Amino acid sequence: MDAPGEVLRQALLLSLSVAGRSVLFSLPFAVLVAWLLARRRFVGRTVFDAFVHLPLVLPPVVVGYLLLLLFGVRGPVGGWLDRQFGVQLVFTTAGAALATAVMSFPLMVRTIRLSLESVDRRLEDAARTLGAGPFDRFFSVTLPLMLPGVLAGAVTAFAAGLGQFGAVITFVSNIPGETRTLPLALYTAIQTPGGEGLAARIAIVSFVLGLAGLLVAEWLARRMRRTLGP
Amino acid sequence: MLDVAVQKRRGGFLLDAAFALPEAGVVALFGPSGCGKTTLVDIIAGLVDPDAGHVRLGGQALVDTAGGVGIPAERRGIGYVFQDSRLFPHRDVEGNLRYGMTRAKGGGAAAEFDEVVALLGLGPLLGRRPGGLSGGERQRVAIGRALLARPRLMLFDEPLASLDAARRDEVLPFLDRLRERFSVPIVYVTHRFDEVLRLATHLALMDRGRVVASGDLATISRSAVLRELAGPDAVGAVLDGEIVAREEEAGLARLRVGTATLRVLSDEPVGSRMRVQLLAKDLILALEEPRGLSVRNAIAATVVSVAADDAHSDLVELDIGGPRIVARVTRAATRSLGLRPALPLHVLVKSVSVRPMGPGNMAGAGRSRGVDT
Repeated sequence: MDAPGEVLRQALLLSLSVAGRSVLFSLPFAVLVAWLLARRRFVGRTVFDAFVHLPLVLPPVVVGYLLLLLFGVRGPVGGWLDRQFGVQLVFTTAGAALATAVMSFPLMVRTIRLSLESVDRRLEDAARTLGAGPFDRFFSVTLPLMLPGVLAGAVTAFAAGLGQFGAVITFVSNIPGETRTLPLALYTAIQTPGGEGLAARIAIVSFVLGLAGLLVAEWLARRMRRTLGP
Repeated sequence: MLDVAVQKRRGGFLLDAAFALPEAGVVALFGPSGCGKTTLVDIIAGLVDPDAGHVRLGGQALVDTAGGVGIPAERRGIGYVFQDSRLFPHRDVEGNLRYGMTRAKGGGAAAEFDEVVALLGLGPLLGRRPGGLSGGERQRVAIGRALLARPRLMLFDEPLASLDAARRDEVLPFLDRLRERFSVPIVYVTHRFDEVLRLATHLALMDRGRVVASGDLATISRSAVLRELAGPDAVGAVLDGEIVAREEEAGLARLRVGTATLRVLSDEPVGSRMRVQLLAKDLILALEEPRGLSVRNAIAATVVSVAADDAHSDLVELDIGGPRIVARVTRAATRSLGLRPALPLHVLVKSVSVRPMGPGNMAGAGRSRGVDT
């Protein structure tokens, strides 16, 4: 077995990479879904809303299992990705990022949707009378006004993504250097005789990261209230 | 021509408004709160779709439910100054001003930007955020922002309503200047008749979702319909004139209105334009030219018509050599003087009861812009 410091370093970098990639990947979709839910009235909206929130209430293992069915090499999406692009998600870091993205997606959508709903639509009307079309309005008025909320959602999702366990281990297993993120390394350390010291260090690092993430998110929310206040 | 005939139901409220007025000068939409003025301008702007009807500007249909026409607000080229400013909080004042400018057809010129900034006194505010501005400053920025988008019509929805008296007085002169310098036609919504008198060239009176009268200010200001909306004391001719001489030691100016001359308390120099209102209740009629009175003005006039105002008084319309004015007299006076059309007489006006209403708008009144068909 590697030295404890090396295990911790590897797991930490991997966790940061997985969480970062998951946020980058899911952010545009989260903005789109938040916009659909907040602004559009369409048939099946309630069902769609519930579907988006499913990962919050499903056991993470179930999410991992569903991902395995869909994105496995023999799954409908996974098989297609493999044939078309040679992309495999199972047992890879990219797969870990996907599982993390799915798990933190509801959290992200909720935060972004709240910030979108707080945008004064009368400002968008003002932009219309100044000649701005729908996309122009969204990118020049709506998005900048909700940006602090978007960032807060991204930071929260990032912090939560550092600690995804059940869905990740079910979908992409527990491979050192590939999918063994901080919580998986912690789990492994506990299972290993004499790993208590390493487990404690991982726990402390996770704790600090989570706290830092929440503080940054809160700071962003305050900044939003200050700059956009009356 | 701004030609509006629209219907819109909102809950229990029905807006059923129609008017057609020249696309020039300042059209005031006047009526009590809740009579549908804002909904009507929202429909003109394209922010609200009418249930039925049309809005045509210079012969072009902006919306026409029968013809299936509905140009989106962003392509109408209609500027809108909202009651609550609606400045973009994430942009500084300059960013707000340039927002519509960069999106306007052909883009705005730098000279135009500088001119609008100077006209509205926005120079010191350019780098500031809307959050730190006073109400009057915000409205000035909002006016500049709408103007720089090069609109072919500007809508003002009670731009002064949220301001206290001092702030109103701060913004009003800018509106005067704006109207004089830029020939953009304006639709101005207000529930205050003093703003109408000061700014308007044309007037549409609204009440409970309907336009009850519309026409040029001089005609509507002496009409009896106004009495119901603004009260009996608001009725009185509005006259635009030019100061032709001064009586310096008396502090009086001679204002030429048509062929008549009025002595008015004013410090304005010779050559200034001035709008005054002669309230119907302030005028005195005399069959012979009086002597030995304190009254400074005795204008020769001819009776045009006599109409009942209420149970015991009449409104007498008078021709003073072109412009028309209106006087309220008791029914008893009508009888004893024998008032009837074509009767020559003298109208007595105290100089102190001639109400100055700002520089007025003679230039805009007769001017027509755009392609009328």
